[in-house]
Amino acid sequence: MIFKNAKVAFIDGVRTPFAKSPGPYAQLKAYDLGRQALLSLKQRHPLLQENCEQVSMGCVIHNAATSNVARESLIGAGYDLGTPAFTVTQACISANRAITNTVEAIQAGTLRTAVAGGVESTSDAPVRISDNLKAVLLKAQKARGLKDYFALLKQFKFKDLIPVAPAIAEFSTGQTMGQDADRLAARFGVSRLEQDEFALRSHQNATQAWKDGKFDQEVVPVMAAPNFKPLEQDTTFYATSSIQKLSSLKPVFVKPNGTVTAGNASPLTDGASACLLMHVDEAKKQGYSADIIIYGYNYSAHNPDGELLLGPAFTIPKLLNEAGLTIDDIDVFEIHEAFAGQVLANLKALQNKEFCTQRLGLDDAYGEIPMDKINTQGGSLSLGHPFGATGGRLLISAARRLTESEGEYALISACAAGGQGNSILLKKLKSTDTKTVAKKVTKKVAKKVSKKASKKTSKKVTKKTAKKVAKTAAKTVKTTNKEK
Amino acid sequence: MSYFTLNTTDGIAVISLDQPKSPVNVLSASMLNDFEALMDTIEQDSEIKAAILYSAKPDCWVAGADIKEFMSMSSSEEAEQLSRNGNALLTRLSNLKKPVIAAINGATLGGGLELALACHYRIASTDKKTVFGLPEVKLGLLPGGGGTQRTFRLIGLRNALDMLLTGKNVYPFKAKKIGLVDELIHKEGLLQAAIKVAQKGFKRKARKKSMLDKILEGTPFGRNFVLKKARETVSRKTRGNYPAPLKILDCVEIGLENGLAAGLEAESAGFAHLHSTEACKNLIGLFLAMQDNKKLRSNAKNHQIKSIAMIGAGFMGAGITEVSIKSAYDVILKDISLQGLGSALKTIWSDFNQSVKRKAMGVVERDTLMSKITTTLNQEDLKEAELVIEAVFEDIDLKQKIVADVEKTCKTNTVFATNTSSLPVTDIAAKAKKPENIVGMHYFSPVPKMPLLEIIVTDKTSVRAKAIATNVGLDQGKTVVVVKDGPGFYTTRILSALTHEAIQVLKQGASIEFIDNAMKDWGFPVGPLSLLDEVGIDVAAHIARGDLGEMFKQRGIEEDDSVQKLAKAKLFGRKSSKGFYVYPKKGRKTVNKNIYRYFGGEERKSLDKNKIQQQIGLSMVNEALLCLQEGILASAADGDLAAILGLGFPPFTGGPFSYVNAQGASNVLAQLNELEESYGIRFKAAEILVEQANNDGKF
Repeated sequence: MIFKNAKVAFIDGVRTPFAKSPGPYAQLKAYDLGRQALLSLKQRHPLLQENCEQVSMGCVIHNAATSNVARESLIGAGYDLGTPAFTVTQACISANRAITNTVEAIQAGTLRTAVAGGVESTSDAPVRISDNLKAVLLKAQKARGLKDYFALLKQFKFKDLIPVAPAIAEFSTGQTMGQDADRLAARFGVSRLEQDEFALRSHQNATQAWKDGKFDQEVVPVMAAPNFKPLEQDTTFYATSSIQKLSSLKPVFVKPNGTVTAGNASPLTDGASACLLMHVDEAKKQGYSADIIIYGYNYSAHNPDGELLLGPAFTIPKLLNEAGLTIDDIDVFEIHEAFAGQVLANLKALQNKEFCTQRLGLDDAYGEIPMDKINTQGGSLSLGHPFGATGGRLLISAARRLTESEGEYALISACAAGGQGNSILLKKLKSTDTKTVAKKVTKKVAKKVSKKASKKTSKKVTKKTAKKVAKTAAKTVKTTNKEK
Repeated sequence: MSYFTLNTTDGIAVISLDQPKSPVNVLSASMLNDFEALMDTIEQDSEIKAAILYSAKPDCWVAGADIKEFMSMSSSEEAEQLSRNGNALLTRLSNLKKPVIAAINGATLGGGLELALACHYRIASTDKKTVFGLPEVKLGLLPGGGGTQRTFRLIGLRNALDMLLTGKNVYPFKAKKIGLVDELIHKEGLLQAAIKVAQKGFKRKARKKSMLDKILEGTPFGRNFVLKKARETVSRKTRGNYPAPLKILDCVEIGLENGLAAGLEAESAGFAHLHSTEACKNLIGLFLAMQDNKKLRSNAKNHQIKSIAMIGAGFMGAGITEVSIKSAYDVILKDISLQGLGSALKTIWSDFNQSVKRKAMGVVERDTLMSKITTTLNQEDLKEAELVIEAVFEDIDLKQKIVADVEKTCKTNTVFATNTSSLPVTDIAAKAKKPENIVGMHYFSPVPKMPLLEIIVTDKTSVRAKAIATNVGLDQGKTVVVVKDGPGFYTTRILSALTHEAIQVLKQGASIEFIDNAMKDWGFPVGPLSLLDEVGIDVAAHIARGDLGEMFKQRGIEEDDSVQKLAKAKLFGRKSSKGFYVYPKKGRKTVNKNIYRYFGGEERKSLDKNKIQQQIGLSMVNEALLCLQEGILASAADGDLAAILGLGFPPFTGGPFSYVNAQGASNVLAQLNELEESYGIRFKAAEILVEQANNDGKF
């Protein structure tokens, strides 16, 4: 949906350095990472100590001890204990969900200042016991007498003691996500070389962005227990990667002739992100410029068997069409890179007439998103992908790139397990913004008109005419801006 | 009865203890009178079947005996009578036919715990404020209300001796484990649970004893072994300077052999005996002085701050940060490297984690506390600071530069506190635009453990700067002593006098361990040469090169080039694992015999212990007198407090000034004159000592 009167400003965001799992964060729990992100954000924006009304975080693999990890992180970060917090889960778009939920609440007026983000620690993943052992243990609690215990002992096998490692496989289809990416790449004709080249590009972009200091603001060094060795950078990108190296890797999901390798897939990552979202009026009151506005968003869901990772293809055209915008209007695309093959397949799907007409209900192929607008400062392939936290990184990156650019709109898009997708549209208000000027014009015109008409009947009419006037005013300002 | 209110419902008397006009309940003569009347009521009222003893104070059950009342007793007969009366009353309580249940929430210390022990059943809350202990030994006393007797009967000999001889606190879970209390519950349900216990009656379970306990406590042979070991440890630690622990052991032994009545009798006699000792008076005086210290707080509105900026994340910086966040301050910690910041966080976190392991702190509580620290590398982040404390390397240029930086970035009224142990604060403030904002805050290492904060004011330091520094120090739980600026202020100056003299004695031919042991016998917790190793010989050499060394030179305390030589040879002490002692990675330190070549060769003479104690000890005492004479110290009481808490001056003496008072000014003067004759003008007695000796006066 596109908000008629978008009121939610993205103020700032921070994230921990993202680290390969298991790596420097191996001894930390998701709680520790979430706490770090919330703490860093609070230290930069002290108003959060008193004014934060809600914290929500995405998380995918939950540690049962901190099942509402947002709340525990908030307490550990020393926020006011009167701040409610909840944890949402929607696979890789969990943080996106936390963000859009918060946006909606602010839009509706129930919140004014809130934090949304996400956290993931695959190092802190719960290791399960086997189903049979669980059954035996549960029965053992109710067992009475030797006979019962003997019966249970018979049921128990030693191999039941082997713990079950967590797997990233679709519950509904039994396929791993890598297998699905491999399948999707093949379906849309994405070659191995194309995938490797895209992965290389991601690493090169990330390396350059780090070199250029692009992440200095958003990535806050983590010094965490028990070693407190400072970690300042993501440990996920390779500055010296090459196409030779990438193409020498063997496929890992579909052997021996698949195309997805460890090199063109995002790594298992630990990390957390947190974004400060505020009602524009409140933000202005607190002295923020508040020029990045959440303009709208949408979600999609489709068959997990075959369309698992097509979230961007399903959401982008729909959202842009609703906003009355085209690819050309968008200057910044921040697309989640679960797999190189998945991103490229989505891009190809949007240029595929058959797919666009049959599955998206469009009249024709949607179009090509120019590569120079996509993930120019790295993506999940190179910066890592802590499932629950990535949405926060996408938002922060998109907002920064939009601020840096001359453009007006940025679009975030991501796919998720379960066959779902999300896109979020950001708009930058300029200092001599069309909208504010238009608003002033609207008010003036409305006043004049209302003076003439009688009070009761004129309300609707005034609004409508005022809007028309405003639109034309906006257009003129836009053109003058362009001329400038 | 103004202390107790009694409400009886369904045969159960709930007795609420609420001392009028006091935040806490303490045992006093008037309270005991009331308690006697209460016992009559319980005994005589046939409606009462059982009683519950409960405190109406939020954080305190009974915090102990009224120390001021105790101090006012001039004769030991009076003290003995107090103990005897208390014991009679508590014995009557424990012999009551009707069960009395202690429902405990909050501090239960000293006489308070003894009262609880005389009850028939103890149920305690798990609240953080609930704590048990018998701190009498720390005041040079013994628990005179059955504490030496009922403890070992209830919790076993070894647990009892641990509590009696260390005076340490025992928290609820431990108390339950060792059998000090019978049952635990959250404080909200305490009274309800006690009523339930009273209604349905109880049968106390005997404490489960381990095999080891059965042997050590169940047999005469085992008991004797435990007591003998305890006596050995006590003698080693007190070196005959503190009579209380041995007296406690005597009482326990008599109780073990001859029964409760004999034990209580011995206890009252011992109590009276200890009351008359100098050590007891001095230790209680010290305790009261530390309590009174809180009166230094300024309540003026512009003397209160909420956050502190800390520059320098070394060991001192980390320590100051730790005590600050623990006392509810937010701290911005600045350093020049992330590594430095990380290691400071690690130091603090590790300290907190010790508490987590002891279950005295929760994991999230630890993290919430840690969240009060904002680390930064950026000077700009300090711009809102109200108080900046700097703890960087002791270098005058560096410190002056930091003053300039802070004056540039921070507000015009930001108070700048320098944590220096030797650089004159006046020098640090020399180039400041607003020297009135500058004050010295001399912390002692390790900051979280050391109780003293020496605040140094210059001629220009404003009242506000001094008050803010004082308030912060008190909040951090420190005892604050304000002194005037001068070379080495007070503590560093008198400590340097002591270590200088110790090195002189080393040159005279004494061995390292002999000097250290002699001074430990004199009452110092650590020998002067060990202390030099801990402080760092490089630090001592640095101090000697400064203004203090210059002043000492003029006073004939020759500047010790041997310290400089040691520092040059990188014999820094513990930090370089070699100084007067050698510090192996594992195991105990041993004397570094190689170091003798700096002090006249490896051959050592045996010297008279008393003489060197006098020589080293009086060098420090005389220096303290000079500090009072020169106005560095505002009072003798300040000098006593700072010397004991900052430098470990023998606590049982009451401090250097109390020591002079006890010895008699003229005696001390005579000794100093003798020393001057033997060793030169460095022992020239302070004029105020001569004055007091002439007037037969006291400090």
